[in-house]
Amino acid sequence: MSWRRLWAMMLKEFIQLSRDRLTFAMMVGIPIMQLLMFGYAINTDPKHLTTVLVVYDQGSLTRSLVQALQNSGYFQVVNNDANAQVATDMLAQGEAQFVLTIPANFERDLIRGNYPSLLLEADAADPAATGNAIASLQQLAESALRHDLTGALSYLAPPANSFELRIHRLYNPEGITQYNIVPGLMGVILTMTMIMMTALGITREVEQGTMENLLATPIKPLEVMIGKIAPYILIGYVQVAVILLMARILFNVPFVGSLSLLLFSVMVFIFANLTIGITISSTVRNQTQAMQMSFFFLLPSILLSGFMFPFRGMPRWAQIIGEMLPNTHFLRLVRGIMLKGNGWHEAWPHLLPLSIFIFVVMLIGIKKFRRTLD
Amino acid sequence: MSSSSEYAIEVANLTKRFGDKVVVDQLSMQVRKGEIYGFLGPNGSGKTTSIRMMCGLLTPDGGMGQTLGLDIFSQAAQIKREVGYMTQRFGLYSDLTIRENLDFVARVYAMNQRKQRVNTALERLGLVARQKQLAGSLSGGWKQRLALAAALLHQPQLLLLDEPTAGVDPQARRDFWEQIHQLAADGITILVSTHYMDEAERCHRLSYIAYGRLLATGTPQELIEQSGLHTWTVSGAAMAELSKQLVALAAVDMHTQFGNTLHISGKDPLALAQALQPFQIANPSYQWSESQPTLEDVFIYLMQQATDNFQPAGKT
Repeated sequence: MSWRRLWAMMLKEFIQLSRDRLTFAMMVGIPIMQLLMFGYAINTDPKHLTTVLVVYDQGSLTRSLVQALQNSGYFQVVNNDANAQVATDMLAQGEAQFVLTIPANFERDLIRGNYPSLLLEADAADPAATGNAIASLQQLAESALRHDLTGALSYLAPPANSFELRIHRLYNPEGITQYNIVPGLMGVILTMTMIMMTALGITREVEQGTMENLLATPIKPLEVMIGKIAPYILIGYVQVAVILLMARILFNVPFVGSLSLLLFSVMVFIFANLTIGITISSTVRNQTQAMQMSFFFLLPSILLSGFMFPFRGMPRWAQIIGEMLPNTHFLRLVRGIMLKGNGWHEAWPHLLPLSIFIFVVMLIGIKKFRRTLD
Repeated sequence: MSSSSEYAIEVANLTKRFGDKVVVDQLSMQVRKGEIYGFLGPNGSGKTTSIRMMCGLLTPDGGMGQTLGLDIFSQAAQIKREVGYMTQRFGLYSDLTIRENLDFVARVYAMNQRKQRVNTALERLGLVARQKQLAGSLSGGWKQRLALAAALLHQPQLLLLDEPTAGVDPQARRDFWEQIHQLAADGITILVSTHYMDEAERCHRLSYIAYGRLLATGTPQELIEQSGLHTWTVSGAAMAELSKQLVALAAVDMHTQFGNTLHISGKDPLALAQALQPFQIANPSYQWSESQPTLEDVFIYLMQQATDNFQPAGKT
């Protein structure tokens, strides 16, 4: 290994990178774009859902109920006196997420102790959109009526629980989706750019015929490889810096853990992705194939890693695949460090599988890389 | 590194397989120091693979060989340091400037006085004024000159040129060959592969390979004599009908059509002359003459023989 040759290679990469404005812009632009889109667009706890009321009984109890509904934040009444037909149409057309029907003589039946029913119809095609709102409704209806059912009517009020259930929502008490998504994006963005750039970079040399020229010089294959990927490690860290800054400034994501532990984990994770990129570059024949293979790897890294959907919600086989992906472990690391303040003790069970991954893929990659030259 | 041997390249029974395909089959040849050695053969005949083995880029599967006195199996790294290799395709970076390309090569070879050497190379190329131009914006001829300058930057004693003039205009080709001869005069050994017959004739010695096997070797004149071919030249206007008849003759082993001239060659001079005689009498308006076969005739003949001899072997 010669430092002079390695430096020659890196210098060349940097010059080429600086000429390729589009790629350069992409590497900084993609993280910003993804952060803005995922950060602002994904919300697993949607509020202000359009609600239509079909009211057959105007009374004070009804008014309390509607008031409570709106105060919860989940429901936004867009039509408070629709007929049944209009309401059904609005559900079908997607204009309304909920239709709440208050039957005739609701108040009278309630007071008589006839236990009348309220009907809530929900457009539950997307379970994530309605889940929390429905869960909140049960409690909401009970507490709303408790105020009105006093005195002689108090026997109708729902009984208080005989014990108290305390819930502590740790690490993200307000359930803010960004706290989960934004750190997770670090994994997705690094996976995407690191794999794609190395796979494309090495394939480009082979495809354009410059690799043969390189290898006819005294430079060694390992020096070519390291010299080519070293600049991308730097770019990876620039991306991490951009993401951390935006996480703080735009989304107020807390950072309770150790920055140095995070930066170390990032290093391990970048290496894992670079080994994948090298392996891809030595199995494909041109840049198009390199791109396709990168996406082939990227897709499970987004979908099966627990980035967007809860990891424990996946079937067993998907979890097994997920456990083998570097992004899965990195997400646990980055979320653990940023939100939970995890230290080395909690981090190593995830750093270890990453290291094993690097070792195994590196073996395959270097073996294949050698063969491409022959 | 210098050996007392008179050869710059000396290989014996060199063999390379890709999978179960034998690409170079028991190739033996010697390139003398200071000569321009032409390496000819059709596409896919194993020229590039042979050159790659000789410059330490590929490890052979069998045989033995030395380049500049260094063993091609165990001393590949040293060979790379001593040899200048110009790849078939433009191997420099089109998104680097001319100067940056040369500078990169100089760094990779860990040269002393890098800046000075690059400056000298630029001056010799006549590209000082355009040194900041991207290499990709150069024309084919200039790219080739730049690639040659890069291959010469570390002052190698041996140059391996893989089809250096493919896609280059005639004027640039002529200039290029003048430079090659100048380099040879300075004592540099040059192995050059080519498809062009005029270039083959400019070489001191030649080898012709097909299907990975060496078919013939020698000076251009020796190759013509070795072939044992005898050629008649027929020329005249509108000879399509006549050539159809002539080509069908049993004594004609090979023919080549050049515009209004037809080369008819055969192994047996007597049989050929006898077979042609009736046509000569019937078509007095054409010019008939017995001549020497050209290099092209010889190579096409060799190629046809090779197809006959080796195709079954090549397929297994």
